[in-house]
This record gives sequence, C-alpha cells and structure tokens, in this order.
Amino acid sequence: MTVLWVFLGAMAGAPLRYLTDRTVQSRHDSVFPWGTLTVNVAGCLILGALAGAGRALPGSAFAVLGTGFCGALTTYSTFSYETLRLVEERAYFYAGANVLVSVVAGIGATLLGYTVVGALAG
Amino acid sequence: MDSDVRVHAAVDPDVDLHIPDQRRELVRTHGAVLLVIALGGGAGALARYGMSQVLPTVPGRFPWGTFTVNVLGCFLIGVLMVLISDVWSTHRLLRPFLGVGVLGGFTTFSTYAVEVRELLRPESVATALGYLVATPVCALLAVLAGVGLTRWVTGVPRAATEDVVIPAEVETVGAAGAEPR
Repeated sequence: MTVLWVFLGAMAGAPLRYLTDRTVQSRHDSVFPWGTLTVNVAGCLILGALAGAGRALPGSAFAVLGTGFCGALTTYSTFSYETLRLVEERAYFYAGANVLVSVVAGIGATLLGYTVVGALAG
Repeated sequence: MDSDVRVHAAVDPDVDLHIPDQRRELVRTHGAVLLVIALGGGAGALARYGMSQVLPTVPGRFPWGTFTVNVLGCFLIGVLMVLISDVWSTHRLLRPFLGVGVLGGFTTFSTYAVEVRELLRPESVATALGYLVATPVCALLAVLAGVGLTRWVTGVPRAATEDVVIPAEVETVGAAGAEPR
C-alpha cells in the first residue's frame, strides 16, 4: 500500500515542479535557476513540517506527502545539471551562489518547518 | 536557438485562456507532457523508495541510501542530457519523461535537507557536516562524469554542447510553446 501512496504523491509533485519551474523561469531573464531553487526550498519547508509533526502524522500520510510529493517536487539532478551548465557558461559566481543558496535556504526552510510544526504539535 | 527573443515571452503567449477552444488546445498540447512527467516522476519515486528499503536511513548514521540515489541520479542526468542534446534526435516526450519525470522524481533535495537536520545533534554533528558537504560535491562530480564520459564515448566535442543554451533558458524556450519538453 505504501508503494501506491508514494507513486500517487510523486504523480502530483513532479508535474508541479515542472509547472512551477516554467512559471518562475518565464518571469525573469537572469541565468540563475530560480525555478529549481523555488521548488527545492518549498519542498524542504513542507518535508521539514511533516517531520516536525512526528508521530501525529500517520505513516500513509507521510508516504504520500513526504516520500512521494516532496521527494518528487524537489530534485538534485536538475540542481546539479544547472550548476554544471553555469560553470560551462563561465558564470562561476552564479554556479557557486546556486550551490550555497540552495543548500543554506533548503536546510533553513527545513529547520523552519520542523520548528514551527514541532512547537504546534507540542 | 533564438532564446534571447523568447526569453521575455509569457508562458504560451499564443494561447488566450479566456477562449474555451484555446484552453482545450492548451490541455491537448501540454497534457501529454504533464502526463509523462507524472508517470516518470511516479516511477522515479518508486525506485527511490525501493532504495530506501534496501539501504534504510539509520538515525545518527550517514544516509547512504539517499546519498546513492542523488549521486546516481546526477550521473544519469549528465548522460541523458548529452545524448538528448547532441546524439539522439529524440521524441519530444522523451526528455520530459526521463529527465524531468524519472530522474527528477528519483533524486530528492528535501530528504537530503531533512536528514542533515536530523543529524545535527551533538553526537552526530561530524556526520551531519560530512553529509552536508559530500552530497553536493559528489553530485556535481557525478554530473560532470556523466557528461564527460558520454561526450567521450559518443565522440561529441565539448564545444557542441557549449552552444546549447543553459537549462534556465531551455525551460523558457519550451514555455514559448514551440517545443514543450
């Protein structure tokens, strides 16, 4: 049953990543990959919040929302590939900033979601 | 590619969403792309879930399962992008299915971040920092290896892919409606 929840969550998360990326990328003309950063930070915030809920959250809900949805909403492959492309375009500052900002903002968002929901869940 | 011209274009400027016929056209042209991304994403996520059953994350230990998934996925996106940009003349749905769907659903940034947070305890802080740094470093080396190895095997010169616009612009070119990925 868990397998089905993971699959269904990912079926929502992956298209939402694509649509968000396209929407964000069509609204600026910078080479910086804001779209991927947006989905990654948003996914980290949600997964952090789910982790903060702890045992208050049923296992099936974590499978569909966490492993499935957040896992598919966020991506490491596109993040890495876009960083490599920035290096190949000799946009070294953007490449370095992409790694640093993604990691710091992603973990910051996770901490925020975990702390807020953890406090609410008591 | 004339990305400079299209980069400012709104998503599907040729489609007026107020007209029902054109709304249907949008669903028809983009529905297939979204469907293959959803199916690919589901398949990728199941593969990641399978890996988490084989190599489960043990509290306080280095999360080898997620690390393997992310590094492997980065290697494969490197291979795929060279094949799709330079070698194959592919079906328009292949890249959305394999790149955005399968590999995007397989790799995960959120689980990485949550695992770093969980390791940030006095007894495992060294593991947290090691995992924090090792994942992006190995992911970037993996994508570099995937791209380099595939260029070498297929004999595609590096310059050929350097002319290709970076993904940020590729997304926008796709968004202009000519060739949705």
